[in-house]
Amino acid sequence: MKMIQSCAGLVAVLLFRLLLCAAAFPTAAEAKKLNVVTSTTDMAALAQEVGGDKINVESIAKGYQDPHFVEAKPSFLLRLRQADLLISVGLQLEIGWLPPLITQSGNPRIQVGGMGYLDSSQFAQVLEIRQGAVTRAEGDVHPLGNPHYWLDPDNGRRIARGIANRLAELDPGNTAFFQQRFQDFDRRLSAREQRWDAAMKPYRGRKVVTYHRSFPNFAGRFGLDVIGYVEPRPGIPPTPSHTIELIQLMRRENCKVVLVEPYFDLKTPRSIGRETGAQVVVYLPSVGGEKQVTNYFELFDYDIDLLIKAFQAGQ
Amino acid sequence: MRRMSWIAIAAAIFAMPLRAQQKVKSQAAPEQPDNAVLMQKIRDLEDRIIAMEGQIRQLKGQPATGQSAAIQKADVQAAVTTSPQTAVASTPSQATAASNAPASEAIALGGAGGSSSKALNPDISVTGDFIGVAGHNPVQYSPSLQMHESEVGLQAILDPYARGDFFLSFGENGVNLEEGYITFTALPAGLVARAGKMRTAFGKVNTLHNHALTWADRPLVTNNLAGGEDGISDAGLSVQRILPAPKGIFLELTGQLFRGDSADVFTASAKNDVSAVGHLRTYKDLSESTNLDLGFSYARGHNDLGSNFLTRLYGVDSTVRWKPLRRSIYHSFVLRSEFIWSQRQQLPFEQRAFGLYTSVDYQLGRRWFVGGRYDRSGRNRLANTTDTGGSIVLTYWPSEFSLVRGQYRFTRYAGNIDTHELLMQVLFSLGAHGAHPF
Repeated sequence: MKMIQSCAGLVAVLLFRLLLCAAAFPTAAEAKKLNVVTSTTDMAALAQEVGGDKINVESIAKGYQDPHFVEAKPSFLLRLRQADLLISVGLQLEIGWLPPLITQSGNPRIQVGGMGYLDSSQFAQVLEIRQGAVTRAEGDVHPLGNPHYWLDPDNGRRIARGIANRLAELDPGNTAFFQQRFQDFDRRLSAREQRWDAAMKPYRGRKVVTYHRSFPNFAGRFGLDVIGYVEPRPGIPPTPSHTIELIQLMRRENCKVVLVEPYFDLKTPRSIGRETGAQVVVYLPSVGGEKQVTNYFELFDYDIDLLIKAFQAGQ
Repeated sequence: MRRMSWIAIAAAIFAMPLRAQQKVKSQAAPEQPDNAVLMQKIRDLEDRIIAMEGQIRQLKGQPATGQSAAIQKADVQAAVTTSPQTAVASTPSQATAASNAPASEAIALGGAGGSSSKALNPDISVTGDFIGVAGHNPVQYSPSLQMHESEVGLQAILDPYARGDFFLSFGENGVNLEEGYITFTALPAGLVARAGKMRTAFGKVNTLHNHALTWADRPLVTNNLAGGEDGISDAGLSVQRILPAPKGIFLELTGQLFRGDSADVFTASAKNDVSAVGHLRTYKDLSESTNLDLGFSYARGHNDLGSNFLTRLYGVDSTVRWKPLRRSIYHSFVLRSEFIWSQRQQLPFEQRAFGLYTSVDYQLGRRWFVGGRYDRSGRNRLANTTDTGGSIVLTYWPSEFSLVRGQYRFTRYAGNIDTHELLMQVLFSLGAHGAHPF
């Protein structure tokens, strides 16, 4: 009898504790949610993969917007003011708009060098790093390397790992959670990569032209050969003479695909397409470039599907 | 030292797969699962190399590292204790790491220092502003051709708590500190503070440098009521903070205190003749491509007649912007108006003048902008004398770093002197990529 009583007492205590926990838990969890702001949607997508429901994440730029030319709107300050972590692409991609936003945010956490500032380029394999003298005769060059590095799933994995580690530093209580989310992301990405590699295998060595220099990591990963650019120099709009040269080059090299980022005018690419018989394709450099592309996996699904269709049509 | 250890690690990493491969070969025929494991291992190692490359890039980019290494090198050789300044410049870990390093390696680090010594320098930019004016103007003389301004910008993050910005404006004959201030970015309670000489937060056009304007000149109301080209600009302190507001509305209050000397607007005859400026900014995104910006400004200071004579300025500015995000580099539209009321105490009685401008800018294509401006303003010392005018502007941007602008300007001074002028402007900027004005 005594036994039953004590058991009942224990159960009651346990139940009471559970109730307390249940009551306390949601508010505590909500209060602990980290506010993450990213400069671009790709970083937001990767942060979401590893942060899960333990973070609120928002991107400043939209996926269909030229990330070089985002306006430093004060409304972004409202988000930055509350941010625990700001993730940037770095390599001077955001140089025209992010520094003033950081300065004006009044948020000591996200200042450059602080725990709440993360430059993702440190984790990624960066291509086209300039050595020696660089001048703007070459256009709006990025001397620190090509900032469009996220278009290689291996870099996506590395960035995700870096973000998971930083989230764990900011919220040590959830370290295991972030690491487990990263492991899970890693597994899913590896599985998907096999499919992507297999799908792209027949097209290795194919030649393409892109509008801006935003494709080297993707091309390198999937074995495509970027032979030219619609822009004569980075950041300089197409000129007639360069376009004619490009058309001749494409004919010579039998290049049948022109890839254009969603924020560039299609007039010149279309006339190149008419002259050379090449497919003009609006590919997505970023998550959110089209409504249905909502995460990092769908970005590659979309672009690879698009490329394969273009290669097949160009044959 | 660290460099050596990296090289050693990298060498080890490169060697490891080789050894592993030999092992596999020496065993029986390689089996499938072994291959997969090996590939995974190679991938992991690749990741580690890339992570190290990233760290090296970060270290190279860090200003403190290069300097502390160089200073420490000198110190190690001289075998003296570090001076207080170096102690500030180098963090403890860097100092110990560098002082533990043999002299030869310190030299090797210095050798890599071409870039690391530059990394210490602030971002330097130079903006040239060349203006040509044709047409007769008996009221306001402008030279036919002039190198109007060469502005040197020096900007850097100072330390974890602040950044510094200097803008030195070189005319054809003299130098002027256009702005030079420290911004404290790590203050509690969301405050951002500045100290130094700065363009005050009175309205919109007053805060903008010449090269950020969409015209070759400044509006009549600026010239008549708000200090002309230099604007209301003074040495002092500034504090700003974002205020709580309904969701989606940005509300920011700025309070500033200055010595009280600003062009022909404010004059401090005594030490106590300080001037004050307040600005309230509200901003709302109407959609992702359209937004509305409203500002209310107040400035108060003493004028050139002495400590007993005050000048007060009230301003309202409004800006509507449109820029479709998918085609943001090709099309945009800005409609902006500013209204300024001036109350100047003078003898025999106070002068109350009013002025305004309204401007429109439309981006036709990636490189072409067209705009117009309507001007109307009284004069601060003669409120009943009103000048009116208008301009049409066409701007061409060969690249993000230069522009050529033509402007036709009509002005009717005091209601009866008409002038027609053509302005030509070439703006060009070298060096560090500055922030795009918003």
